[in-house]
Amino acid sequence: MKASRFTAAHQSMTFSRRMMLVGGAQAAFGGVLIARLGYLSIAQSEHYQLLSESNRVQLIIVPPRRGWIVDRAGKPIAINRSDFRVDIIPEQVKYPTATLRTLAEILKLTPDDVDRIIKEFKASRGYQPVQVAESVPYDQYAAITVRLPELPGVVPQRGFSRFYPAGPAVAHLVGFVGAASAKDYEKEKNPLLVTPGFKIGKEGLEKVLEPRLRGQPGGQRVELTARGKLVRELEPKPDRSGQTVQLTIDSGLQEYAARRMGDQSGALVAMDMTGDMLAFVSMPAFDPNSFSDGIGRTEWRMLSEDDHIPLLNKVTQGLYPSGSTIKPAMALAFLKQGIDPAQRVYCPGGIRIGNRYFRCDAVHGSVDMHAAVERSCNTYFWSMGLRTDPQQTTEMVNYLGYGEHFDLPIPTQRYGTMPNPEWLRKKYKREWQGYDSANTSIGQGYVLINPMQLAVMPARLASGKLLQPRLLMADKRQPSPDLAVDPEHLEIVRKAMSAVVNERGTGVGSKLPLEGIQMAGKTGTAQVFKLGQRGHQSNWALRDHALFIAFAPAVEPRFAIGCIIEHGGFGASAAAPIVRDCMTYLFDQQKAMDALAPLEQQWGGTLLERTARRQAQFEAASKASLRA
Amino acid sequence: MMISSAIIPQPLARLPWRLIWLVALICTIGVVTLFSAAGGSWSPWALKQAVTILAFFGLAIGISYIPERFVKQVTFPAYAAILILLIVVEMVGFVGKGAQRWIDLGFIRLQPSEFMKPAVVLVLARFYDLLPASDIRRWRGLWPAALLVLVPWTLILVQPDLGTATMVLVGGVSIMFVAGLPMWYFLSALGAAAVAGPILFSMMHEYQQKRLLIFMNPEADPLGAGYHVSQSKIAIGSGGIWGKGYLNGSQSHLDYLPEGHTDFVFATYVEEWGLIGGVMLIIAFAMVVRWGMGVSRKARSRYSQLAAAGLSMTIFFYFTVNLMMVMGLAPVVGIPLPLVSFGGSAVMTVMICLGLLMGIERQSRTRSALA
Repeated sequence: MKASRFTAAHQSMTFSRRMMLVGGAQAAFGGVLIARLGYLSIAQSEHYQLLSESNRVQLIIVPPRRGWIVDRAGKPIAINRSDFRVDIIPEQVKYPTATLRTLAEILKLTPDDVDRIIKEFKASRGYQPVQVAESVPYDQYAAITVRLPELPGVVPQRGFSRFYPAGPAVAHLVGFVGAASAKDYEKEKNPLLVTPGFKIGKEGLEKVLEPRLRGQPGGQRVELTARGKLVRELEPKPDRSGQTVQLTIDSGLQEYAARRMGDQSGALVAMDMTGDMLAFVSMPAFDPNSFSDGIGRTEWRMLSEDDHIPLLNKVTQGLYPSGSTIKPAMALAFLKQGIDPAQRVYCPGGIRIGNRYFRCDAVHGSVDMHAAVERSCNTYFWSMGLRTDPQQTTEMVNYLGYGEHFDLPIPTQRYGTMPNPEWLRKKYKREWQGYDSANTSIGQGYVLINPMQLAVMPARLASGKLLQPRLLMADKRQPSPDLAVDPEHLEIVRKAMSAVVNERGTGVGSKLPLEGIQMAGKTGTAQVFKLGQRGHQSNWALRDHALFIAFAPAVEPRFAIGCIIEHGGFGASAAAPIVRDCMTYLFDQQKAMDALAPLEQQWGGTLLERTARRQAQFEAASKASLRA
Repeated sequence: MMISSAIIPQPLARLPWRLIWLVALICTIGVVTLFSAAGGSWSPWALKQAVTILAFFGLAIGISYIPERFVKQVTFPAYAAILILLIVVEMVGFVGKGAQRWIDLGFIRLQPSEFMKPAVVLVLARFYDLLPASDIRRWRGLWPAALLVLVPWTLILVQPDLGTATMVLVGGVSIMFVAGLPMWYFLSALGAAAVAGPILFSMMHEYQQKRLLIFMNPEADPLGAGYHVSQSKIAIGSGGIWGKGYLNGSQSHLDYLPEGHTDFVFATYVEEWGLIGGVMLIIAFAMVVRWGMGVSRKARSRYSQLAAAGLSMTIFFYFTVNLMMVMGLAPVVGIPLPLVSFGGSAVMTVMICLGLLMGIERQSRTRSALA
């Protein structure tokens, strides 16, 4: 009966004891509270201060200025032009509907624009600005500035837009810029990409060089409430412009070549004897200036439906049969395999191989190697092709550049095919036949090259070195060892190429109009469509491609050019004069410009004038389709 | 620490000034913090709170003059009345199809559950006062007390108001503890809770489990259920030792800290006043509780001993649970920081407790003086 002995005295003792326990427990809790407070505000303080700062401060991104692209002499190819833009900050807009109506009226916004703005307005959070319009004309900009007091939340400001002074002439070289797509943002998750007014490289060098050109964004640091309301502005963080990138391109030549090609569809590549690319032209082209603002649907449709394919970079993605431009390389291959250059072949106007008769362009009579290159006699190359080893012959051509892939900062390169017996076995599961040798010897059949290779080939022949093309001044020149051929053999080929232009050859119409400077070259005419009869067709798309490769001066060469004019007919008549004028430009600019002037007059204005006219057409068509 | 001077009139001099200064300090901290929480403005909280505090302080002084005899007499009827009010509120809430916890008196919304906190303490003190010492270790020493606690506890729990229910329970249990119920009751209850906890957890709904897990690791869901505690810890931690300075708390001023003027007022305060200010406030509360425990120890009757201990415990639980919650040591249950958080109910409860304590203290003093 323990419980019955529990008395008031016990109770009092228990009470005191229990009170001490309770007091102890209270003290322990108090200690825990203070310890926890100390842990949070001493040990963890730095961590929580950071979190508190990132709560408090938000960066309104100011896009960095994009780096310039300049040519080898420092002349601008792509620069930034300051323009006016209008954004709105949704948080600060008081009367969304009225504001938007006023803006639409002043800026002449289309219903599409208004829809986009409303959508972005609703999706935007807090202080993130929404773009209303960019490249705003000054009078509209001024009209909005004047009415600012009644338009709270509207921010008219200066921005920068990409500007390419040469317009279409550099379109395929540098590409263009544009607003980042949702996909770009998914990939990078960089808030800079969704900042109004920020553009990224979408094509060409602008795309490949994006990391160098972009720069570091700066920003206005602001203090925001949890609901995104602006409390005050803190000191801004400066932006860092992108780097300037210097190209090996000679912008004068680039623009000249583009203008000289007129409305023809084709490509031209020029190199010097170190491998530097001086011109990289694909025509016709779009205007990259109008692309950077985002082009209209009608303009896009008209560009993509054009049969001269202005949207295709023909230099790296256009593939063509090489035609007779392969012959100097063939000749070198024959020499290497011991063919005597003096050995003659009789050309009766064709040759029978197997059960098929191959027809030459003319009855050349008895020709040696020099004459065969000079006058482009197919019969000689067919019969020599049959006498030599196809594997070794085609390897030599490939060694000189046809079918080769070059390491260049260009997004997509197609590098064609230089067929050989082994390749044929793998690809088509059949043995190399006589007619394969015959086709390859004159650059037909499976032979496909791009215009870059068309310049590398004469550059290698002219320099005697295994040149590698270079596009960026900052890249180190790749080593260019001497070609693994007998220098005497090279000399024979060069002499023959000189004769093409300067003696009785196929390119005599394109002699340089310069004292003491001769050009060496080789014409090429690539069959596009199988026809009994070669030559001019009334149907443009069925006509042969015209090609020309050249270097100058013929002795101690300094420059090499390769050119293809799609459906230009004979190489001598369409491509060679363009190469001649471009070569002239490199030695005497005035003379070259004088040659261009009457041509442009005949075509209806300079390239920029014609581009502007076409732009007006696009706009008219776009308006017409909008009305319809 | 009595102020005994000829100039000060006797009744004033007899007030427990040490306690009053402490309470004044705590209330000042509260009003000053509410001023800052409103962005440096007396409205809407600071002024109203100051008025509320003064009014209830007057009430507390008034209560302190009620004789113990009278308090003892009305303990059971008052408890019963509050219990009925609780049921009425429950019914009204049921009829109105809403979770109503209060009766609107115009100037204040009275929550019967708020009154239940001191009422449970007093009714248990009265019960153990009446219980013969020899019965304390018997069954009859436990079950009526348990019933007196569990009935209001259940009613408040289903309101649902987990915070208040817990305080009622803990207040009752602490009286039972100091009343001298056998220790093994408490140890086995603790043991049972330790065993039942994991079992209960496994029986809970997924969302309930999630809520508990978020309490363990609020950063796992910083924008959802863990948002309050995450932001509160950021506010406290970023204050550092010296604080960001008065009116400079970015967490509270920029609205990142939710409920910065009510349940999370301590975070608002510490962000600006730092560790130093926080420790000062905790020590002030601790001294108030210590004073209350001292009153209990010095009290002459068993009833006043138990009542003073229970009332002190109520105040202790009030601020401890709030601070643990704000600093991420306890789940967010919605208990304000007494005398500091904006709101009349908590001030009222604590002032009633303090008034009763002052009354007990006065009577122990007078009686001892008589003896």
